[in-house]
Amino acid sequence: MSIDTQTAARVAKLARIKVDEADLSALAQEFTNILGFIEQLNEVDVEGVEPMTSVTPQRLFRREDVVNDGNQQAAVLANAPDSREGFFAVPMVVE
Amino acid sequence: MSDLMKLTLAGARDALRSGQTTAVELTEASLAAVEASKPLNAFVHDTSDIARAQAVAADLRLQAGDAPDMCGLPIGMKDLFCTKGVATQAASAILKGFKPEYESTVSQKLFDAGAVMVGKLNMDEFAMGSSNETSTYGNAVNPWKVDGRELTPGGSSGGSASAVAAETCLAATGTDTGGSIRQPAAFTGITGIKPTYGRCSRWGIVAFASSLDQAGPITKDVRDAAIMLEAMCGFDPKDSTSMNLPVPNFEAALTGDIRGKTIGIPKEYRVDGMPDALETLWSEGTAMLRDAGATVRDISLPHTKYALPAYYVIAPAEASSNLARYDGVRFGHRAKLEAGDGITEMYEKTRAEGFGAEVQRRVMVGTYVLSAGFYDAYYNRARRVRALIKKDFDDAFASGVDAILTPSTPSAAFGLGEMADADPVQMYLFDVFTVTVNLAGLPGISVPAGLDSKGLPLGLQLIGRPWEEGDLLNTAFRLGKSYGL
Repeated sequence: MSIDTQTAARVAKLARIKVDEADLSALAQEFTNILGFIEQLNEVDVEGVEPMTSVTPQRLFRREDVVNDGNQQAAVLANAPDSREGFFAVPMVVE
Repeated sequence: MSDLMKLTLAGARDALRSGQTTAVELTEASLAAVEASKPLNAFVHDTSDIARAQAVAADLRLQAGDAPDMCGLPIGMKDLFCTKGVATQAASAILKGFKPEYESTVSQKLFDAGAVMVGKLNMDEFAMGSSNETSTYGNAVNPWKVDGRELTPGGSSGGSASAVAAETCLAATGTDTGGSIRQPAAFTGITGIKPTYGRCSRWGIVAFASSLDQAGPITKDVRDAAIMLEAMCGFDPKDSTSMNLPVPNFEAALTGDIRGKTIGIPKEYRVDGMPDALETLWSEGTAMLRDAGATVRDISLPHTKYALPAYYVIAPAEASSNLARYDGVRFGHRAKLEAGDGITEMYEKTRAEGFGAEVQRRVMVGTYVLSAGFYDAYYNRARRVRALIKKDFDDAFASGVDAILTPSTPSAAFGLGEMADADPVQMYLFDVFTVTVNLAGLPGISVPAGLDSKGLPLGLQLIGRPWEEGDLLNTAFRLGKSYGL
């Protein structure tokens, strides 16, 4: 399967990674190579095999549905590139 | 005492308890060795102030007779572990300046046991790599050298392996998603164990592929691996995949008696182009286990060939999801924006600037295999194949096999930069013997087995039954004894 530049651009968009127009064909070629490698999986008979969700057959650990953390606004915001008045600050989202 | 850095964890522990040295003395020796090891670029963040304070506290505990095994022992910490107030970047530019407000469970457990952190260690960016060449800090270098070439220490825990092999600290933490503890240990002639998935808490470890990631120790020998692993693992309610099982005394399992055990030799691990030296070492290792009283049997793990392609669907898929959090909003790097740029441009520019080439590649491959229309064909198929790979191991163990002996890597360490022009897939092939173990969630250990024709270390891997790290460590210990280690 060959990946074209249009598909590469779409994937980059979905992944929210800016890729320059000039780099798209090299990227598409890399995807083609990697997906070619992955395509070996089509040789395997997986009829009736359930997709694995967990290597250990266990139910995920659950805790009581009670508040057990909080009141840490300063710690939560400590690493933010931009925070104002107790909030994360981002560029305008809605006009 | 002279040459403190030549000690093992066990040797240093005993020297501390008998008063032959102190934690402060050991820590100063380690910090001096770290300073002298700059050309290896193994250490990337200085934590000497913390180390000195921890050493003083450790000496007080030793004097009070309240000293767990790791008390006062200088170790290095992979940059993937969140350490409170200490730079934690996962070797990525996107986390530049990030100082966690919390401590990872594993590093906290080590500190509770009295371990001394002498620095944070280099690695591949977000643990994605097999040579430590994708790091934002630059390459870590293998202390082993031939022909004047600088060699890779392996990856992703390359800084950990380099630091321990160069005797700058007594041991180090690592993490292993597809071989990132065992492959660097093999490339640097030391020992590394990845425990059963769920043994070590993943809480506070920067996530790569959550269904595969496990922490473990990189040490000089098997006894040290047993000591340090015990301090790292245990149930943690903050990790929903952590297993609520008691932690055995792993060191006590090291009897060296493997009589009656059955060792499987999988025929699928004999690959084309394998160096003669590796083939020989593998046969010798097999003979040593037989001489020690184990039964050796040929086995088949028929889906081995499909482990790498399955891994390169599942790991990127999980990575694309995990790394979605690096958006320039809550922590780390945010790109400088131009007039008119909105939030989408902020995400796209931030991630383009912050992620290196390999991380971008894997995030995008993961995005593709999870996208509408391809999810079943790629992601679900890979998860089905994964179930078959695990079943191969289940069948082997059900037939009475206790451990499986394989090479750790298909070759010895290669030169830094030598793979620069290769297809990414060529680099992925270095994980061919280790990645199956992550997919099946099993414990695996790499032990040094000898040298190749150029004099570089090669490792053998033992794979054990789930939750039976003690038995696995004992088999590895017996193998090490045969090598005179």
